[in-house]
Amino acid sequence: MPQRSTVLSPTANLTGGRTLLRLATAGSVDDGKSTLVGRLLFDTNSVLADTLDHVEQVSKRRGLDRADLALLTDGLRAEREQGITIDVAYRYFATPARKFILADCPGHVQYTRNTVTGSSTADVIVLLVDARKGVVEQTRRHLAVASLLRVPHVVLVVNKIDLVNYSEDVFTAIATDFALLARSLGVLDTHCIPVSATEGDNVVTRSHRTPWYDGPTVLGYLENVDDTRQAVGADLRFPVQHVIRPQTAAAAPWAARAPQVNGDYRGYAGKIESGRVRPGDEIVVLPRGSHAVVEAIDTADGSLDLAVAGQSVIIRLNSDVDISRGDILAATDAPPAPIRELTATVCWLAERELIPGSRVLLQHGTSISKAIVKSIGGVLDLHFESGAVPCWRPTATLTLNDIGRVQLALASPLPIDSYREHRATGAFIIVDDADGWTLGAGLAGSTPLTAWTADNTRSDQHYPAQQGNPS
Amino acid sequence: MRTDQLRPLSELQALESESIHIIREVAATFRSPIMLFSGGKDSVVMLHLAAKAFWPAPIPFGVLHVDTGHNFPEVLQFRDEAVEFYGASLKIACVQDYIDDGRLRERPDGTRNPLQTLPLLDAISAGRHDAVFGGGRRDEERARAKERVFSMRDEFGQWEPRNQRPELWSLYNGRHLPGEHVRVFPLSNWTELDVWDYIAAEKINVPTIYYAHERQVAFRDGMWIAITEVTPARPGEVVELRSVRYRTVGDMSCTAAILSSATTAHDVITEVGLSQLTERGATRADDRLSEAAMEDRKREGYF
Repeated sequence: MPQRSTVLSPTANLTGGRTLLRLATAGSVDDGKSTLVGRLLFDTNSVLADTLDHVEQVSKRRGLDRADLALLTDGLRAEREQGITIDVAYRYFATPARKFILADCPGHVQYTRNTVTGSSTADVIVLLVDARKGVVEQTRRHLAVASLLRVPHVVLVVNKIDLVNYSEDVFTAIATDFALLARSLGVLDTHCIPVSATEGDNVVTRSHRTPWYDGPTVLGYLENVDDTRQAVGADLRFPVQHVIRPQTAAAAPWAARAPQVNGDYRGYAGKIESGRVRPGDEIVVLPRGSHAVVEAIDTADGSLDLAVAGQSVIIRLNSDVDISRGDILAATDAPPAPIRELTATVCWLAERELIPGSRVLLQHGTSISKAIVKSIGGVLDLHFESGAVPCWRPTATLTLNDIGRVQLALASPLPIDSYREHRATGAFIIVDDADGWTLGAGLAGSTPLTAWTADNTRSDQHYPAQQGNPS
Repeated sequence: MRTDQLRPLSELQALESESIHIIREVAATFRSPIMLFSGGKDSVVMLHLAAKAFWPAPIPFGVLHVDTGHNFPEVLQFRDEAVEFYGASLKIACVQDYIDDGRLRERPDGTRNPLQTLPLLDAISAGRHDAVFGGGRRDEERARAKERVFSMRDEFGQWEPRNQRPELWSLYNGRHLPGEHVRVFPLSNWTELDVWDYIAAEKINVPTIYYAHERQVAFRDGMWIAITEVTPARPGEVVELRSVRYRTVGDMSCTAAILSSATTAHDVITEVGLSQLTERGATRADDRLSEAAMEDRKREGYF
């Protein structure tokens, strides 16, 4: 058993201490993902004795000679009975430097739905391959999804390196394949690590059995990867959630601790989705287009002279513009134009099909609009039979786990960003008007994968059998 | 000009902002939300976040306590003080009323935790609440690890884990049919340690029994059980006066204490950081009933 370190909170104040990183795991069946996750939890002391006892008992019952760390991620009863993982599970572990929220995405069942869900909030995707198999079709699919969802960093764990005798040549060949694939898919930043999750090599502690590898361990990588620049460096986007205009001020004893305000207080509550804001900044109110200047940024802890992406605040403006929930306060530099016709990449997450003419609801930021599906421009072929890049094929409908190009007409104009530049305000979900079900995840505008449409015109000749009008 | 302009948010800032965003979404999009409030540490952190979310306006919804009739008196006293302090209005649903008029029967093992489900569902339906905030955290238990932040419940209050809506970005979908309601968990991404870090950072009051105090206890089934009217000593049991504290403050009939000398939030943080047992494993007899105990209770409409 490896050394287990104790994780103490470095400080107990609101603004100090460790940072937060969100990651998602993806891999195919039997590549050791559960074992890797189990080891990260175990080696950061995030698994406590009673849970471990349980895992040891079950391992013994199954005739194993040591605790199977994969059992740490066992979830619902149906999953235990069937030995499969159905749904995204969230795990938590921490080191003195960082807290990690891990979306553990099952590999085989509904991989698109789960990987898209996990990737939507991830700063990093941890992708696994078996060192004996290298980059396989599932790897390409997961990487394509990571690219589509604009996850800033992808780390490839070349697992079971012990089963190829810790061979540098095997690792280098896989890393080279992967780098080529990542470049062709437009993935932003990648890194590869040779790992044995069962033996613990390079997960938390550096392995002496891979002297030829001088990069970080998996945990070391996760502790140091830069996570915030993307959102904070972008232009301001602040969807208004709620207008705070107290009829009566909070009179409870608690409120005496908070700053005091006058009777005509009016502020806009929301979370900064991207960029930063300071008092004195000029903003534009979307979709209306009126301009105003930020008077103050308030919180219950006092006013701020700067607020950045991720913070929930109240923004007060210098003029009485008419603003309500659903509006977006944006930087005046290149704000998104409100549109009624939208082209987007849509990941279809429901059993029922998407067909042209469907009437749906589109939830974007804090607003909801009615929408009609005008046409479906193609479905992404992730089978990679033809080579390194996927292509778009004509289709009449989208079914569960399909990724398609969709044209939508909106009942009211929405200021939707391009997902490429703004992950939060370029994203939307498609909701069933009748029963409220979440049907699809939308990425507005062009994506790296849209570029492949151009390849599609060329690849038409490779797919004569699939061409033609599918109806 | 501040020099720390691109310093990433701290873990606690990020978690606080996420929870406030969730609470504001609910207030803005549901007709009649209510917040479950037991006086336990998670629920008081949730109430504190609600106060911060709507400041300088008051909290725009009430709080509901399902009283098992076997609550620790220190917790009930704290509950009333906290509700007053944060300016919330409190409704109480009593398990005892249901036992008195026969709608519920006492279980042979004496635990009243599973009995809370019916009064809870009745209170939700009587108040026509379409959103119910709960203090559940995904790190608590393996069935909770797959819970959504917005979790749909059918007319019977049931949770169907295989049929959950995907939840993407921070776009929470709370649309539901008449009769259905949505359970909302603003603390989904918090761990036990995060909750204590936040209590220390924000100087939040919690019931005194979370801190070390002397109490008559007996060691039963591997746990330290307080000797009270509800949980008397069993024949042959050794009753000792020990310095203990509670990590969770559920029903007295099924919540055990741990030996502890932690008298402040900072002491507790050190102790939780060093602990080798999970919060529920150490102190909750109800979760030991079966391998899938929590999953079963959640399916039936439990918190």
